[in-house]
Amino acid sequence: MSGSALLFLVLGLALIGWLTARARAVRLSGTARLHSLPGQHGWYVAMWVAIPAFVFLALWGWLSPQLAREGVLASPQAAGLPTFAFERSAILAEARAIARNPDLGAFNPQAELLAPVYRTYLTRYSWIGTAIALLLAFAGGAYAFSRIAPPFRARGHVERGVMLILLVASLIAILTTLGIFGSLLFESARFFSIVPIGDFLFGTHWSPQVVSATDPGADLGAVPLFWGTFFIGAVIAMAVAIPFGLMSAIYLTQYAAPAVRRWVKPMLEILAGVPTVVYGYFAALTVGPAIRQFAVAIGMPYASSESALAAGLVMGVMIIPFVSSMADDALAAVPSAMRDGSLAMGATKSETISRVLMPAALPGVVAGILLAVSRAIGETMIVVMAASGAATISLNPFDSATTVTKQIVDLLTGEAEFDSPKTLAAFALGLTLFVITFLLNIVALRVVKKYREAYE
Amino acid sequence: MHAPAPTASPKMSARHVNVFYGRKQAIDDVSIDVDMENVTAFIGPSGCGKSTFLRTLNRMNDTIATARVDGEIRLDGEDIYASDMDVVQLRARVGMVFQKPNPFPKSIYENVAYGPRIHGLAASKADLDRIVEQSLTRAGLWGEVKDRLNDSGTALSGGQQQRLCIARAIAVDPEVILMDEPCSALDPIATAKIEELIHELRGKYAIVIVTHNMQQAARVSQRTAFFHLGTLVEYGVTSEIFTNPRQERTKDYITGRYG
Repeated sequence: MSGSALLFLVLGLALIGWLTARARAVRLSGTARLHSLPGQHGWYVAMWVAIPAFVFLALWGWLSPQLAREGVLASPQAAGLPTFAFERSAILAEARAIARNPDLGAFNPQAELLAPVYRTYLTRYSWIGTAIALLLAFAGGAYAFSRIAPPFRARGHVERGVMLILLVASLIAILTTLGIFGSLLFESARFFSIVPIGDFLFGTHWSPQVVSATDPGADLGAVPLFWGTFFIGAVIAMAVAIPFGLMSAIYLTQYAAPAVRRWVKPMLEILAGVPTVVYGYFAALTVGPAIRQFAVAIGMPYASSESALAAGLVMGVMIIPFVSSMADDALAAVPSAMRDGSLAMGATKSETISRVLMPAALPGVVAGILLAVSRAIGETMIVVMAASGAATISLNPFDSATTVTKQIVDLLTGEAEFDSPKTLAAFALGLTLFVITFLLNIVALRVVKKYREAYE
Repeated sequence: MHAPAPTASPKMSARHVNVFYGRKQAIDDVSIDVDMENVTAFIGPSGCGKSTFLRTLNRMNDTIATARVDGEIRLDGEDIYASDMDVVQLRARVGMVFQKPNPFPKSIYENVAYGPRIHGLAASKADLDRIVEQSLTRAGLWGEVKDRLNDSGTALSGGQQQRLCIARAIAVDPEVILMDEPCSALDPIATAKIEELIHELRGKYAIVIVTHNMQQAARVSQRTAFFHLGTLVEYGVTSEIFTNPRQERTKDYITGRYG
């Protein structure tokens, strides 16, 4: 039976369980006072029908393909399979695809040979899975149904069931993060077994297109990438985003009339909703060439149209609403008693802002800036479209610069072998970026927390 | 409306003041004089408008977008709601102490130096030091903080914070000090210190204090104004208000019939 049909069948059973349990509880309520409402008894039974079956199906969905694969490998038809792991997996995957959809033509004759075997196993395990799931649904339902009685506290049990479901939902996000981190770590470990970590972190030469076979570390020094990322994301972009973001936040929170604020704030938020790819072509097609022309005009004939300045400026504009809304929150969190205290001393608005509000809001503002930096250095689309691929270290904003994210995209798109240092370097870069943004976020969140405590 | 108590030389005088928050009228036709010689207390049940009226005296209601004030309030004969009135200058002359102590998150020294700095009252560092010391001394706090002027003002106890706020207000050498329930967040000992301080400051500044504590009004003030539902019910010499109120509503409030 197909997965979705089974899913609906179990849900149908749960519905039937809900209805019968509720009916039974209603009947019981005629004879004695129920502890829980009939509907709560219904939910109790429905949960016992659905949850064990779903948990089993999730596990089975992960386990059964492996069991089927084992079965196929053990069959006599598999004797002729090549021993090389990569080729072997390819053939098995193809056989599996044919087994599921016989209309597909076989590319590899061996796959065609294995397909019927695969189909037998897949069908067998599918039926076993269906049978066990239904059995669990019935057994759970019967157990729960048998417990329905006037004093039974279905209400409390349902509450715990709800908690369990919510817990699982939140675990999924956490487990995914851990999984991503684990895979990054694993691939990076493979990379660092080929390239010394010191060469990668401190090497100043980056040319992944031609990696030396004898000394791969010499061509995979990531410092130019780190520099480019820092220069574009943390220097140029912040030079745009911090002043404009702060000033707009101050205007909106302290000066703007409510009517103005009602209009300007959503407009600013629209800026945050523009897809980054739109910013990307804006940077690549408009800002980049304009900056190049400007650079040529002021006497730099070889200026790049993929300058650090173009990508950084546009990225800065993209981050303005982010900085503005963080600063807005920080300023709003300063108790109004501070503002009143200063105004009552005869201070003007701008004196109050610069001498009392900003110093008080500073930790929150700094945290916001750190989060903005972490967003800027992880930003990909703008730099993929507007930054250069050439890894150079230069203080001149009109020169080309590249970033970690841009290089990851370049390394992983197109033809690539999955165990060359060139490809694995992408994971090491990804890990570095992950660690840096993670640290930035932790520091920022701690600063925010400490600062919130200061005002209760 | 009862006529304002006669005073020789009113420091501030309000005539027919109305305050609106949007459509809601919070103060209805209040006229009152305050002078330098007497501490004036505003009493009345919660929501009677006493704090709102206090805030019209240094135009702090301006910070509330929906608030509107009409009528006439004069400081030394000068209309403070006139269009050419400099609000910033006005607030330097009419200082304010709030209900909850609100020292800035700066050092004790910087808290007191804040006003003199923004108004350019100190010609030199030595001058500023002198103003800070003098203000803290007047607020009765110098002895307690003179060795830790660089500690944060927010690290002081509640009562000390409130005296710091009074020192901060004194530092710009105001003529009037408005106190909006300055002791409501303090314990009895800290309250006693603030009351003692008010006695000492009397005569140097015109002091107006809003309080919901009638004993406190009786202890610290010489003039008492009783507000109810946005109107000024009775205004007179404190001892008379408390022993021999002329209005039935005042009597009911003072004897605890409502409040």
